Amino acid sequence: MMSFVLLAEQVLNGLQFGVMLFLMAAGLTLIFGVMGLINLAHGSLYMLGAFAAAAVAAATGSFLLALLAALAAAAVAGVVVEVAIIRRLYDRDHLDQVLATFALILIFSEGTRWAFGSFPLYLDIPSTLSGPVRLPGGIDYPLYRLVLIGAGLLIALGLDLMITRTRIGIRIRAGENDREMTAALGIDISRLYTLIFALGAALAGLAGALVGAIQSVQVGMGEPVLILAFVVIVIGGIGSIRGAFLGALLVGLTDTLGGVFLPEALKLVTDPASAKAVGASLASMAIYILMGAILIWRPTGLFGGRA
Amino acid sequence: MSREHLVNLAVVLALVLLPLAAHLMGETYWVTLATRAAVLALAGVGLNIALGQGGLVSLGHAVFFGIGGYAMGILAYHAQTYTPVIESLGLPGTNLMPLIWLVAAMFAALAALMIGALSLRTSGVYFIMITLAFGQMFYFFALSWPTYGGEDGLSIYVRNRFPGVNTLVPIQFYGVVAAVLLLALLLSDRLARSPFGLALAAARQVPARVAAVGLDPQRLKLVAFVLSAALTGLAGALFADLNRFVSPTMFSWHTSGEIMVFVIIGGVGRLMGPVVGAVVFVLLEHLLGGISEYWQIAFGVLLLLIVLFARGGLIGLIAGREKAHG
Amino acid sequence: MAEPVLETKGLTKSFGALRASEDVSIDLRPGEIHAIIGPNGAGKSTLIAQICGALRPDSGDVRFAGADVTALSVRARARRGLARTFQISALAMDHTVLQNVMLGALGARGRPWRFFVPVLSDRGLRETAEAALERVGLSDHAATRTAELSHGQRRQLEVAVALTLRPRAFVMDEPMAGLGAGGSKRLTGFLDGLRTEAPILLVEHDMDAVFALADRISVLVYGKVIATGTVADIRQSDVVREAYLGEGA
Repeated sequence: MMSFVLLAEQVLNGLQFGVMLFLMAAGLTLIFGVMGLINLAHGSLYMLGAFAAAAVAAATGSFLLALLAALAAAAVAGVVVEVAIIRRLYDRDHLDQVLATFALILIFSEGTRWAFGSFPLYLDIPSTLSGPVRLPGGIDYPLYRLVLIGAGLLIALGLDLMITRTRIGIRIRAGENDREMTAALGIDISRLYTLIFALGAALAGLAGALVGAIQSVQVGMGEPVLILAFVVIVIGGIGSIRGAFLGALLVGLTDTLGGVFLPEALKLVTDPASAKAVGASLASMAIYILMGAILIWRPTGLFGGRA
Repeated sequence: MSREHLVNLAVVLALVLLPLAAHLMGETYWVTLATRAAVLALAGVGLNIALGQGGLVSLGHAVFFGIGGYAMGILAYHAQTYTPVIESLGLPGTNLMPLIWLVAAMFAALAALMIGALSLRTSGVYFIMITLAFGQMFYFFALSWPTYGGEDGLSIYVRNRFPGVNTLVPIQFYGVVAAVLLLALLLSDRLARSPFGLALAAARQVPARVAAVGLDPQRLKLVAFVLSAALTGLAGALFADLNRFVSPTMFSWHTSGEIMVFVIIGGVGRLMGPVVGAVVFVLLEHLLGGISEYWQIAFGVLLLLIVLFARGGLIGLIAGREKAHG
Repeated sequence: MAEPVLETKGLTKSFGALRASEDVSIDLRPGEIHAIIGPNGAGKSTLIAQICGALRPDSGDVRFAGADVTALSVRARARRGLARTFQISALAMDHTVLQNVMLGALGARGRPWRFFVPVLSDRGLRETAEAALERVGLSDHAATRTAELSHGQRRQLEVAVALTLRPRAFVMDEPMAGLGAGGSKRLTGFLDGLRTEAPILLVEHDMDAVFALADRISVLVYGKVIATGTVADIRQSDVVREAYLGEGA
């Protein structure tokens, strides 16, 4: 018998995981939707944000400064990489984009290892946000994770408003539909691209720093998240911010709830030891099975139009 | 004879003669490095069928490499512990290489059939992301599955047998690997020239035309994906035998990336591209890795330069952009 | 009158508010060349896509060789003997001319699952392909890389690929486009003789060719067939003159 408290906690954990995935997936899907670029190095920007935050927090003791440093470091790295390398790849085929951004991962990962060493760094949750908070229904839940959920939802809302309501959003949507038309309208397309890339990078860096405070900060931390963000995009449909949001929550909830409840469910049919082992294996595959099922149903994702 | 044919001939001669020379000079370590290069080349020859001939940018070939590795690991583990693979059937393990290869290739092909059938419903960037995601699925599965070592992997203490060969002698094991590689190269070359290869190459370039003459481009690509996976699975079994060890790392997406990278470095769609690429990759790993433990930074820069400025890979640089076939 | 080989009944297709095909009913009878003409944006490409199976109509049927093929794929229709040429050449540019034609022959045979025999030593395929090249006059270029062909030669190659399919009907999407006067004349002569092998549905902008070749002409304007008739009928039609050829033409 599952208690309500456990269920509620796990749902909140899933939400927290989901909104952080969204921050990664939003940048990726925008970059693909507007520039047609598949960027494997997006996970490196996530890692960079986490390292910048950990370094600044260690030096100043301020979590807020650490977050600002993460945003700035990832955005600046995004601009530099876009101007130096990525913009040469927009007209190339996907294979070249994959290889070049794979090369960037090698450079970023080994560069970070060289600068910071192989040992994980730790980023502490600020004291004002640490500790649990009592929610209605008698649930004690870590305040910091609640703040992550709130921050993620706010950013999602902000992005949606930006895309649908503002001038820059109109330009982004124009760029998505027709590059030449956008250029013909007198919009400086290469500045727009740099801006979008920097925005995506900053979101990834922020996610890295925020998550870095509840996990360890280490080289390679961005790659599992990158691949999950891909799953999110495949589920949501490439280029769609709303699809990315829905996909991220689905993946976050499936992964978290699957990890807890699949072993429990299997205990009903088999002995506890093998239920735990088989359940854990199955749970690790759950989101990919979800992705497969959605692909069979809708090959271009929930919100995707084109193949 | 075109320049590419000369390059191909030189590569085959080097495959046969250089390790033999190293052996005669007593440089066993170089023979082992050559074996590593030949095994990776075989994985690349497999990927090249999907990538070069079929135009399928698969970032999930580590799945097949890993399945091959675990096929070897599991069969050999049961052979060395004298336990059955499947209890209820009393199915025994084996340490006979040809049998292991067959199982490795078959299971890799089966996985490719399932992954391919799903991911070929899409194309382009979706295909890349989906193959990558399924690769990660197998990786996490191998990590969390405790029966065969989980994240610690599985050690096999004695290299498997091949009839008439002492596989514990490095040059003899190299001979086995090189023979398999040459056979795979022959097969890959035949495939490219066959009716299937013609239709596949057309499906890569102009799928609409292929459908308009009454053939199914997706099915051609699926068959290519499965054949490609079988060879990469075979390479995985040999890789495990070389190291006498399998671990989830074989499933890691870095493995997929690396196989793809050296196929590109050598020259995608070129018969000998994967071989040249694998040799260069192993040499760089050895030489740069000897200078600095951060050698992958230099490797990343090199790769970036090749992608941005030297399309067509090393064979392309030597033999020109024209392809001899394809 | 002979049963039509190819027939559309009430084909309708919209893209949002745009009606690309509206109640299009045309047929192609044995031995004839039926030309479809119309200004740019009249919906000719959409119509061809529906006939060949690349687009599903919103409503209406396509009948081919005595059966309803509306639900069939491009591939299934090709296998039943519907051969098309593409407006923008869809050829494998890295392949030789001969290889491109052999692909057609392979499609006609329908069994591409031979993995180890070189395709160039398959005599059956090769003879079919070489015969098709001979007919369109490209024999000298068999070993040329397709990317190196001139525009006109690519159009000839398109027709050669269609020939290898030994089809029951041809659908040709602007085969004359971009050909010089000489090339256009040669191809006109060739298509003239081809109609006895299989009827041709010819979408074409080149009016000299259309008037020289067509047994019947249908005029498509804003997705609708406004007139069908012989060359003389269409030349004299007031409706066509007004809607298409322009006042005083």
